[in-house]
Amino acid sequence: MNKLSFSIGGVHPDDCKISRNCSIEELPLPGVMHVSMAQHLGAPATPVVAVGDRVRTGQVIGEPAGFISAFVHSPASGTVKSIGPGKDLSGRMVTHIDIAVEGDEWAEGIDRSSTLVTEIPEDRTFILERIRANGVVGLGGATFPTHVKLNPAPGSKAECLIINGAECEPYLTSDFRVLVERTREVVVGATIMRRALGDCRTVIAVEENKPEAIMSLRAAMGELHMEGLEIAVLRKKYPQGGEKQLIDAVMHRQVKSGGLPISVGAVVQNVSTALAVYEAVQKNRPLISNVLTVTGDCLPVERQHNYLFRIGMPLSYIAEYAGGVPEGAAKIVSGGPMMGRAVSEMEASTVKGSSSLLYLSEKATRRAPESNCIRCGRCASACPMGLEPFLLVRLAKAGDAAGLEAASVQDCIECGCCLYSCPAAVPLLDHIRPAKGQVMGIIRARAAAAKAADDKK
Amino acid sequence: MDRFIVSPSPHIHAPVSTRSLMRDVLIALAPAVVVSCLFYGWSELLVIAVSVVSCVLVEWALTRYVLRRPSTVGDLSAALTGVLLALNLPVSTPWWVVFVGALFAIGVAKITFGGLGQNIFNPAIAGRVFLLVSFPSYMTDWTAPQGLIGGGPDAFSGATPLSALKEQLAGGAAVDVSALASQYSYRSVLFANLGGSAGEVCAVALLVGFVYLLCRKVVKIWIPLSIFATVAVISLVFSSIDPVRFTGPLFNLLTGGLILGACYMATDYVTSPMTSLGGIVYGVGIGLIVMMIRYFGSYPEGVSFAILVMNMAVPLIDRGFHSRKFGRA
Repeated sequence: MNKLSFSIGGVHPDDCKISRNCSIEELPLPGVMHVSMAQHLGAPATPVVAVGDRVRTGQVIGEPAGFISAFVHSPASGTVKSIGPGKDLSGRMVTHIDIAVEGDEWAEGIDRSSTLVTEIPEDRTFILERIRANGVVGLGGATFPTHVKLNPAPGSKAECLIINGAECEPYLTSDFRVLVERTREVVVGATIMRRALGDCRTVIAVEENKPEAIMSLRAAMGELHMEGLEIAVLRKKYPQGGEKQLIDAVMHRQVKSGGLPISVGAVVQNVSTALAVYEAVQKNRPLISNVLTVTGDCLPVERQHNYLFRIGMPLSYIAEYAGGVPEGAAKIVSGGPMMGRAVSEMEASTVKGSSSLLYLSEKATRRAPESNCIRCGRCASACPMGLEPFLLVRLAKAGDAAGLEAASVQDCIECGCCLYSCPAAVPLLDHIRPAKGQVMGIIRARAAAAKAADDKK
Repeated sequence: MDRFIVSPSPHIHAPVSTRSLMRDVLIALAPAVVVSCLFYGWSELLVIAVSVVSCVLVEWALTRYVLRRPSTVGDLSAALTGVLLALNLPVSTPWWVVFVGALFAIGVAKITFGGLGQNIFNPAIAGRVFLLVSFPSYMTDWTAPQGLIGGGPDAFSGATPLSALKEQLAGGAAVDVSALASQYSYRSVLFANLGGSAGEVCAVALLVGFVYLLCRKVVKIWIPLSIFATVAVISLVFSSIDPVRFTGPLFNLLTGGLILGACYMATDYVTSPMTSLGGIVYGVGIGLIVMMIRYFGSYPEGVSFAILVMNMAVPLIDRGFHSRKFGRA
């Protein structure tokens, strides 16, 4: 089979999928859950319960506070202990609802059986409403509300739905396990999203290093006779699963700078999102759990796990359950080693988009001291957006915002390829990230001013 | 929690460093060093040793006592400059001339600009050209190979193929260059049997090393390829117009240190363009200048001058050629 790949840049880190053979295990409930109201892109949800309220598993506890926002459901049954600010894993203050867990009594109307429901609802509005009401967001990293993405603005039409099973980040295996163990649910979930988008072409894209996933997908598709689904095998190359890169690989179309995927007719959804959509639509089951990989180079193989966790479980609880922080861990990361965030608060809770608890040793994560740029051009060759990181850093240090914009700093996807590949260990992305923020701010302010001037006329 | 590192992504790094890249280039040069020592004997080993030790010492002393920064000799770039400089010198070069070359290469061409990464000119070439204009007699005393294997007389003066050609042309007589060129068998150029600087003697050894660099993805092929292509095309055109005055492609490709210059000096990261397209422009420029000097100039060969001139054009080339950006076609 012809292997697909994006066309510019990329790097080849060792994939380190040490936990690939660990089946998904369900974690028992802890005594207390800290449920964040900011688990999705957009406005944080508004709490709709009060301290002292009794809540049941799957009951709504937070309502969307805007168009781009999402419902939050209780991950367990118990009593609301407190509502207030708490630290997320990077130490930022976010509203949390703390629930003292008293069992696992589910709310009405949720189908908890494991029977596979393959009948796809005909009604698009029904599908979207179920997805919205059950708080489904993109689980590939950005946690963008799924119902918004599946409902393109008038005038734009989805030509291709891509189910992202690339999982190009080293170490992570949660999507892989979902693809292997919940294949049929993923296939049905993909078909439901396809229906919501008007039966467009649908491609499930998987990197070549996951042959088991490709095999079970083929088997499930043969068994379920779902129409219009294809499998695409991607070359193992980071960041193959980046949204723009994946569209380039599968559709050979490049999303223009500042544009949305739908502008080239693409909608990208993660495999775990497909599973969440299946559960939301077919079972009316809200998104209160996800799969998380406990892994790392300094964690012995027998202590690596793929856990089905309830959203709101503290990271420290999961770490304890998995036997504690291993000897030799120098950095704890939530997410992959290329784009994940370093954990500064182990007491912080898991969120919908949590995908891993990654322990990296000093050796694996150590940054060499910065030395002079030797102009080798590796950062530019590695950049999947075709930018020139060495130049962006020079402009950022000079504070040249106009130059940065002309050099397209706003196109940076913060994938980390530049810093990863720099032999002189220049912290390229550390300089580029704030410069990008600054230029994006200028672009937004300019757009707002133009709009205001337009409105005046 | 204060036991753990908290820093922005990415959290892992490719197993590559300035030192590992320089080490790869040194490994790639090893065959050429070994062959030149075998053919020229102990005196060649002495030239290489003096050059490397001087470059490293000069860099260490200047970074430490003049720039007052941590020493950068550990990145191996000074050692690499030393090897390249030595391969560009005749085996008969006195040790103190080698030292002066190293002093200029590292002290003037590299450290005064701010050290590795900041220099405009390739240090080894700058050192060589400085010696060429300062000590022309030492620098043109080419010795015919009589090395460890032959065990013959220690040294005798000879001429490189290109300088022999230039001398005869300068004599004013109409010289049939094709007849002259045919005196040198290409076999002998390829497998080391000609007068010249150490790095010129064995094309095969240099090319083997270059293939290693390509396989290790240390350099891209575009710069050397465009130099070779330009030299080949120009000499093909000129030699077919007037085969009596102008030498042909094979002769020009294999003589005068073109392979050493194209594969190891023109590809120096610091002094070459960042993009592949820019690299091609740079390579074509070098090829053009080399052939202009060889056909119409007064020096017998011009690889060093060509690279120095194009080094100056690099900032301009980098302004003109940028990477292809995603979604902006």
